[in-house]
Amino acid sequence: MNFEEFEELKTHFSGEAADLIPVLQKIQGAQGYLSPESIRRVSRWLRISENEIYGVATFFAQFRFQKPGRHVIKVCLGTACHVRGGEQILDVLKRRLNIEPGAVTADGLYQLERVACLGCCALAPVVSIDGKIYGQTSVLKIQELLDGGLHHDQP
Amino acid sequence: MTSLESRRQEARNNWRALQNRPWPVIYVGAGSCGLAAGAAEVIEAIEGYLRKTGQRADIVRVGCIGPCYLEPLVDVQMPGQPRVSYSNMTPSLVKGVLESFLEKGEVYKGRLVGHFGEKGTKEFPRFFDHPMLAPQKRIVLRNCGIIDPESLDQYLARDGYAALERCLSMSWSEVLDEVKKSGLRGRGGAGFPTWRKWLVCRETESDKKYLICNADEGDPGAFMNRSLIEGDPHALLEGMEIAAYALGAREAYIYIRAEYPLAIARLRRALDDMRAVGLLGERILGSDFSFDIRIKEGAGAFVCGEETALIASIEGKRGMPRTRPPFPAVSGLWGRPTVINNVETLATLPNIIRNGAAWYSQFGTETSKGTKTFSLVGKVRRTGLIEVPLGMTLRQVIYGIGGGLAKDFKAVQTGGPSGGCLGEEFLDVPIDYENLAAAGSIMGSGGLIVLDKNTCIVDTAKYFLNFTQAESCGKCVPCRVGTRHLVNILDRICKGKGEIADLKRLEDLGRTIKGGSLCGLGQTAPNPVLTALKHFRGEFLAHIVDKRCPAAVCRDLVTYRIIKEKCTGCQRCVQVCPTGAITGPRSEPHSLDMSKCIKCRSCYEVCRFDAIAGDAIVIES
Repeated sequence: MNFEEFEELKTHFSGEAADLIPVLQKIQGAQGYLSPESIRRVSRWLRISENEIYGVATFFAQFRFQKPGRHVIKVCLGTACHVRGGEQILDVLKRRLNIEPGAVTADGLYQLERVACLGCCALAPVVSIDGKIYGQTSVLKIQELLDGGLHHDQP
Repeated sequence: MTSLESRRQEARNNWRALQNRPWPVIYVGAGSCGLAAGAAEVIEAIEGYLRKTGQRADIVRVGCIGPCYLEPLVDVQMPGQPRVSYSNMTPSLVKGVLESFLEKGEVYKGRLVGHFGEKGTKEFPRFFDHPMLAPQKRIVLRNCGIIDPESLDQYLARDGYAALERCLSMSWSEVLDEVKKSGLRGRGGAGFPTWRKWLVCRETESDKKYLICNADEGDPGAFMNRSLIEGDPHALLEGMEIAAYALGAREAYIYIRAEYPLAIARLRRALDDMRAVGLLGERILGSDFSFDIRIKEGAGAFVCGEETALIASIEGKRGMPRTRPPFPAVSGLWGRPTVINNVETLATLPNIIRNGAAWYSQFGTETSKGTKTFSLVGKVRRTGLIEVPLGMTLRQVIYGIGGGLAKDFKAVQTGGPSGGCLGEEFLDVPIDYENLAAAGSIMGSGGLIVLDKNTCIVDTAKYFLNFTQAESCGKCVPCRVGTRHLVNILDRICKGKGEIADLKRLEDLGRTIKGGSLCGLGQTAPNPVLTALKHFRGEFLAHIVDKRCPAAVCRDLVTYRIIKEKCTGCQRCVQVCPTGAITGPRSEPHSLDMSKCIKCRSCYEVCRFDAIAGDAIVIES
């Protein structure tokens, strides 16, 4: 996030300490993650130490500190998805992409995440790819999706 | 005081006009679950069809009406006819429906769920006579799936904001009294009487007071709040205004999960619409009451469902709970008196004020009044969002509304990670706060997860403990370290390496964690394992003594086997096996080398869903 972008972002907030989480959310929304450099800028602006910012940011599951992959695959492991086989779907993805949840493939194309609940429990098991939710998936359906290059491989 | 009446009258006329359109109106269920089931593609297909044939029709996107397993639901309303609802629509099927109605002028017969008219017959039933809907009492969900959630006018036409108007003509104590008489208790799980929280806040002297709506629905397996906000955001917002009026709060926050983008968008839109007509801001509807609502997106922490942790998070800090007292109603957000209510509690308020406390308290049991929404999920036939009067039995919910299970019932999990698994002996227990607590579980926010005999209780307990372990904020040692040990012991048992003494360790540790934790997360975290031990001890013993998992779930304890007599040699499993563990020529029974098998289930699924071979591969323990 460059100087101008950051200055623009600042105009949306009053600059109080309570703005910290919404500010971090906005930065992550714009650049996909929280870079060390953006945390430094926030620290100087809100007068909160970098330590403290990392303390808050790492507490919440939403924040990432690495550049995200181009496609974000989230496997829901809520209760309903768990009892309907969500774990096995995560296994297939781990094996096929050869990464652990939270990581990005070497080519930067795919990022794998496990999430606690996407709130579509009646359609379990559920997987979300780039924000689109796929309900009633299975080990096989996921393989088909991967074989098809996820259908929407545009930049 | 300016009245909404003229605007409401106009809204009512528009609503009536929508139902009496001289051209067809098509309603599509487009909540998150509908969209996940393919509603967007169905809408595209409908638009494509209308463009191609040059027909005129309105498309209305409504929220979730409840039976998620029937999504995407599409209703067609022909001129002069009631809405007719169709289930599980796909782009190709919806064309057939439209052709039948729009070209042949006939009611389409396939996938018919029912109509929204007066009388139903066996061939042409009413939608609300559907076995999943008939036993329900829809009060909070009255508008969900019926109106366009993005239309303030449609909410107004259904008596929206009439309760707020009534409130503004009452004193705060009269409003509080009405809520007290209704018997409403907090729907977030603990069941604390709503009015009592309000009164403490009201009576505390302060320059400012806050209301917070807790929409941080973190319980995995529960989605009542999401559906409600997506389907009827104004019900929540009107409820918030009523609560704020009774409390004397001028500012409010809605703390909502960032994972619910559609719900957040609907709320933002609704807030804008309210501001435009003077339902929010300074001197609402010309009264002395000024009030504003802001949205705070939760950044993903289950513990933030706890009141003091939620407050810390709004203040921009780590979401860690603190000791109570002082309770938030005395000293909460920025040290001011703060009331935190759940979405469903707040959305119930307009109904209580509009229809009166006596009307509301006729539903429910002696101690638990009114209705409760539940997300009915898991291994039950009809999954979805339901609302029932408290006091209904679990059997009525699971077998009546849910249509039972395909396989044998084993347990129902209530209250999410803070609750417990209740077995068959609890099926006839009426659902209310006290009964569930007596059984060792809790009401919780309303997740009902049905488990069948193919679900392993030990694995389920481990799942919940894994969840609470990961979500423990780390402040209290018994919770932080204790849950880790519970997970380790359960993991050991699932791997067949447990010992009998582990059961006692689980119980002792569970009790210690419950007694030694500050907040609700730690105090309830051991519940899933403690209830499982109490009601399903035999299954733990099977893992420990016999080294087998009766449900054939725990991976280290199961094997895969091909039934030679059933295998047709279709090669499909050979193709999907990622490790080459299955071999065999075409048309001859295949063989499986367990030393290569990683138990990924691919072969099992491909075989199970194949009509010809079908079930030739079994998982056993």
